Amino acid sequence: MAKQKIVPSIDPAAIYVLDYAEAMGIPTSFSRANDMAPCTIGSGQKGVCCKNCFMGPCRVTKEGQVGVCGATLETIAARNLARAIAAGSAAHSDHGRDLAFTLLAVAKGEAQGYEIRDEAKLWSVAAKHGIPTKGRTATEVALDVANKAVSEFGQQRGELSYLSVAPPKRQKIWRENGVAPRGIDREVVEVLHRTHMGDDQDASHILLASVRTALSDGWGGSMWATDISDILFGTPSPKVGEVNLGCLEEKQVNIIVHGHEPTLSEMIVTAVQDPELIEYAKSKGAEGINLAGICCTSNEVMMRQGIPSAGNFLNQELAILTGAVEAMVVDVQCIMQSLTGVADHFHTEIITTSPKVKMTGATHIEFDEHHAVDIAKQIVRRAIDKYPQRGETRIPQNASEQVVPGFSHEYLNYMLGGAYRASFRPLIDASFRPLIDAIATGRLRGVAADVGCNNPGLTQDAVHMDVITELLKNDVLVVATGCGAIAAGKYGYLRGEAGLDKVGPGLREICETIGIPPVLHLGSCVDNSRILTVLSQMATEGGLGDDISDIPISATSRRSASRPSG
Amino acid sequence: MSRYIATRAIRGANLITQEAEDLLNKAIAEKGADCAVAFPNTAYYLPTIFGMTGREVTKLGELKPVLEHAKDLLHPVPTANCWTPYLGETLDSGMSTLLSAEIIEAVRFVYGEEPGRIPGFHMAGGSFTSPDGAGAGGNGYLNGPIDDVQLRAWGIQLVDGRMPGFAAIVGCAKSNEVAVKIVRELQKRSILTFLCGNVNGRSIIHQLQEEGVEMGYDTYIVPFGLDTLSAIYPIGFATRSALTFGGMKGGQAKDILLYNRARVFAFVLALGEVDDLKYAAAAGAINYGFPVIADTKIPQILPTGVTTYEHVISMPFNEIEGATDLERAEKLVQKCIETRGVKIKMTEVPIPVPYGSAFEGEVVRKKDMRVEFGGKYSRAFEYLRMIDMDQVEDGKIEVIGPSFEDLPEEASIDMGILVEVAGRKMQKDFEPVLERQIHYFVNGASGIQHIGQRDITWIRIGKAAAEKGFALKHFGEILHARFMADFGAIVDKVQVKIITDPALHAEWLQKARDAYDYRNNRLADMTDEAVDEFYTCTLCQSFAPTHLCLVSPQRLGLCGAYNYLDCAASYQINPTGPNQPIRKGTTIDKEKGIFGGLNEIAQQKSNGTVQEVSMYSIMNAPMTACGCFECIVMLIPEANGVMVVSREDTSMTPAGMTFSTLAGMAGGGLQTPGVMGVGKYYLTSPKFISADGGFQRVVWMSSVLKQTMAAELQAVCEREGDPELISKIADETICTDVDGLLAHLETVGHPSLMMDPMF
Repeated sequence: MAKQKIVPSIDPAAIYVLDYAEAMGIPTSFSRANDMAPCTIGSGQKGVCCKNCFMGPCRVTKEGQVGVCGATLETIAARNLARAIAAGSAAHSDHGRDLAFTLLAVAKGEAQGYEIRDEAKLWSVAAKHGIPTKGRTATEVALDVANKAVSEFGQQRGELSYLSVAPPKRQKIWRENGVAPRGIDREVVEVLHRTHMGDDQDASHILLASVRTALSDGWGGSMWATDISDILFGTPSPKVGEVNLGCLEEKQVNIIVHGHEPTLSEMIVTAVQDPELIEYAKSKGAEGINLAGICCTSNEVMMRQGIPSAGNFLNQELAILTGAVEAMVVDVQCIMQSLTGVADHFHTEIITTSPKVKMTGATHIEFDEHHAVDIAKQIVRRAIDKYPQRGETRIPQNASEQVVPGFSHEYLNYMLGGAYRASFRPLIDASFRPLIDAIATGRLRGVAADVGCNNPGLTQDAVHMDVITELLKNDVLVVATGCGAIAAGKYGYLRGEAGLDKVGPGLREICETIGIPPVLHLGSCVDNSRILTVLSQMATEGGLGDDISDIPISATSRRSASRPSG
Repeated sequence: MSRYIATRAIRGANLITQEAEDLLNKAIAEKGADCAVAFPNTAYYLPTIFGMTGREVTKLGELKPVLEHAKDLLHPVPTANCWTPYLGETLDSGMSTLLSAEIIEAVRFVYGEEPGRIPGFHMAGGSFTSPDGAGAGGNGYLNGPIDDVQLRAWGIQLVDGRMPGFAAIVGCAKSNEVAVKIVRELQKRSILTFLCGNVNGRSIIHQLQEEGVEMGYDTYIVPFGLDTLSAIYPIGFATRSALTFGGMKGGQAKDILLYNRARVFAFVLALGEVDDLKYAAAAGAINYGFPVIADTKIPQILPTGVTTYEHVISMPFNEIEGATDLERAEKLVQKCIETRGVKIKMTEVPIPVPYGSAFEGEVVRKKDMRVEFGGKYSRAFEYLRMIDMDQVEDGKIEVIGPSFEDLPEEASIDMGILVEVAGRKMQKDFEPVLERQIHYFVNGASGIQHIGQRDITWIRIGKAAAEKGFALKHFGEILHARFMADFGAIVDKVQVKIITDPALHAEWLQKARDAYDYRNNRLADMTDEAVDEFYTCTLCQSFAPTHLCLVSPQRLGLCGAYNYLDCAASYQINPTGPNQPIRKGTTIDKEKGIFGGLNEIAQQKSNGTVQEVSMYSIMNAPMTACGCFECIVMLIPEANGVMVVSREDTSMTPAGMTFSTLAGMAGGGLQTPGVMGVGKYYLTSPKFISADGGFQRVVWMSSVLKQTMAAELQAVCEREGDPELISKIADETICTDVDGLLAHLETVGHPSLMMDPMF
């Protein structure tokens, strides 16, 4: 059967660059996805494939068929899901762990260039974990918060501290079902153990363990990542940003930060503003230095610093294909190995920075928070040095859209009632009444979270936009994180104007009253934890019910590319 | 769309905050940072600033940080495209406007520019019991902040639903006729009406003044000032409600805002063009949960949340359906009530004049009077009795004797009102409870004034009311309608006789007096020991959520409005209502009046705030108070006694605090040993702080109490075995400090000095 050609993207900017790639014969993830026949069994379309031991792989496609060890279809499906959840939780949580160590270094005065930018957030996080604040300095409290965070990863018994933030009814359900996570690392390790050959073979039992692991991410690693990022880099609030390849500058040194963590990228934000480096760029013939982001690193610096986003996951190769990028600085997660191959056709330097991530063909400048400023400057200088080698560029014209990102849960609380109704005492002071009322009175039919990735197996962005546009027309407010959020931004859905002509009448009233876009950019994919916090606060405030499950919210993450967002 | 409102409100807030800064800097330069600043006769410093920020401002210089905070709350106006959200920012700007407005008004007080004045303006009020006296307010001054006495006096009406809410009217109506109609419609529903602002220099206050509408506390129409800034006074009133009755502390901003949203049914009615400053002030009001209704075309904000229902409603006056402007005005008021969700209890009373409890305080001056009954020149009485069911013809109203139509103007004649009721659940003990309602019921008619009770009743019919056809039989109509509506649970049938025939008048006056004597003796016989059950009163919990009144035969409710029999009647009328019988249970301490059953209910109804209550002690677990108390009793340790301050007394007391300041310690459902809010008739009870030594402990008392309760207090002194005691008690004309008090007590030989230590 002839394979159907996938429409690569609904984004004209992407098509423009892809046309060039095709003309030049440069392969991309789009072309490879087209060329690669996905294994129907491995992708779960038809049956399941088990590779947990070396007796297989076992392909189980029919009812009653079992693997070599006798594992049933249900068991294999549950084990595969469990392992995906473990991998995803590990990735998000490890991200959180690194931030915890950064905070620890800051509290000890050992982290060059970092500081506690949001003390109010520090107090509120401390309060959530019962850490005393009265009469203590920010540094003292930060040290306790950091140690508490670090301890939760290796904790073996008891419960994760953040669980107490959830509605009491939900906590009870977790405890009754034995899925309250004990420690972050422990849950990941246990699922890996239990899904190892010859261990847990009862599908529902495996799934319960998976739930516990997922909770250890959502109410553990991810939540720590979000909260500590806010403490160190500021709690986001709406600002005007820009999205898509058009944000690249024709006459400036373009540096792209890509990956997931804000730690290094925040320092690069500082470095590109260094007058000395700007002068250096000018000495090389550029008019200045332009920083842009891709993927969730982009979300992190866009919602806090207004740094433009060159796009989401599938734009990483495309940015290089414009020929206008001097350096792409990557940290962790969602970084395609193909980057160096694409970069080989241009002057672009791929710089890996995480001690956990090295790529063949890339320059490795290992990041160390103790010398963060120096390292950031070194990276920027390298990028500038590349500028004279730039050849012809193909930045798509008029290919960027203004966006308003930065809806932290604190800001959501504020925007619904002003400073006097919102405040940073967790839970006690939430004021989501207008949102709750809007749902209760039927102006809004609910809230949907669009989270997750782009997958070249499906048309870029369409996977998000066809769902989002339909939801909006039906008076469903959309909250988005990660690549879904960036997709919405590209098509103007992260602007207040979209609330006037792209939505149902009830949602329009809400958008007009508050001045919000119909799709709220909540942050990066670890910021899915912000959604959990908001929902907990809504349930606690009451009106729709006293549990998260009572609030009409759904989440969608169709055909994710990576495991964390699943 | 509300981006327009946001833009204008934020712009207005920026301007007014700048104005506040300029004015404050000028005042500090001219008067000095230490110059005292305050609103007269109000507690809680500058109330909105105190409530929202917790700052206790007493000097000009202390306004500086408030201003800085107001500036921090400002935001830039939303951009034309790709705007960032503006709701929270607009609400902040509204708050900034309120803080700035209060700063400006406070500074104006320093310069003597507040309250504003209108030449020839005369405020009604302060003259209710002496309608022909000059009263206060004849000097052209507008009201300025509502004083604390009034706030507390209104408290009970706000909680029991007699006064369902308040309307802040800003601007100027389409015509004088419309202005009067709007206010009358509000009055009819007993909604407090606050007036401020102007449109091109003309205010609704001018309009009402021109039409001869009485404005003042007594008519529920309070003119605050001619500019929009005076809208800070209604906001201050709302803030103080939360502090006074809600037991909130300064700085508990969010609690205060939510309290107002949930419990204070207020709304803003913007008449005429809405300018930037009005939008900004409206944003401030919305923070409190008060919606805004405009009679001009402005963008609406319909979703709910910060307010209970819509935030902003536009009802362009000329587009309202209606044949005449008066009909349109009526519909406008209806919309306001709907938007705020004000609950209105209205009884249709078939009389030719408007009727509503907002008319209760109306004064009929001698020159406006058609006829009076009672007072100096004639005798009037009222008597309610229960008789057998078959003797009452429901709705029958008889006028026995000549009417007043043929008499000259300003005549004075004898009259008796005899109300006869029957009901299966009626009890003889309820007679006085129902009879006392006659005062409120009759007063509700516009142009009719009722003072006093029993055989010292004094009723006036104004000329305007008589011209509209108000006749004697209408007293009967009012009483029948109201008794059936309000007390239908215990009263099945009501008939009324209005007696002016001299012989019959004399006969029934004697019968009434016999009944009064019987009741006096009956109530005097009722002691706390004689009953097993006391009553709870949780009426005020809508306002003071942790306060619970315990009412016994010998201790009435602190508001003075509910005694033991009232509670018993109320329980009959509404068995699941605020007054529930409660068994005393085990006696824990007889002297102090501590009972197991009472403690249990106190714990439960106060949500655990109060663990123990003693009925007869101020020193040990005293009863809490909401905020509507008639007097405050407070320990004066140096004098080994207590002082009693009336809420009508604005002077300084030996405690070094005025009533207003003391009230903060006594109210809000908090138990503070040594401080207690009480009803003034509790002073006459043998159980008045009997555990602490009783009435002999009273070393100081507001002179207004001594005067208005002279006979009752004299009887108490005789009961206590010291007929001269009352003259030994100091008052504010004798001393207002402890040294002066001690000197006085020594001189007169007050018993408290010889008594055992109080603690």
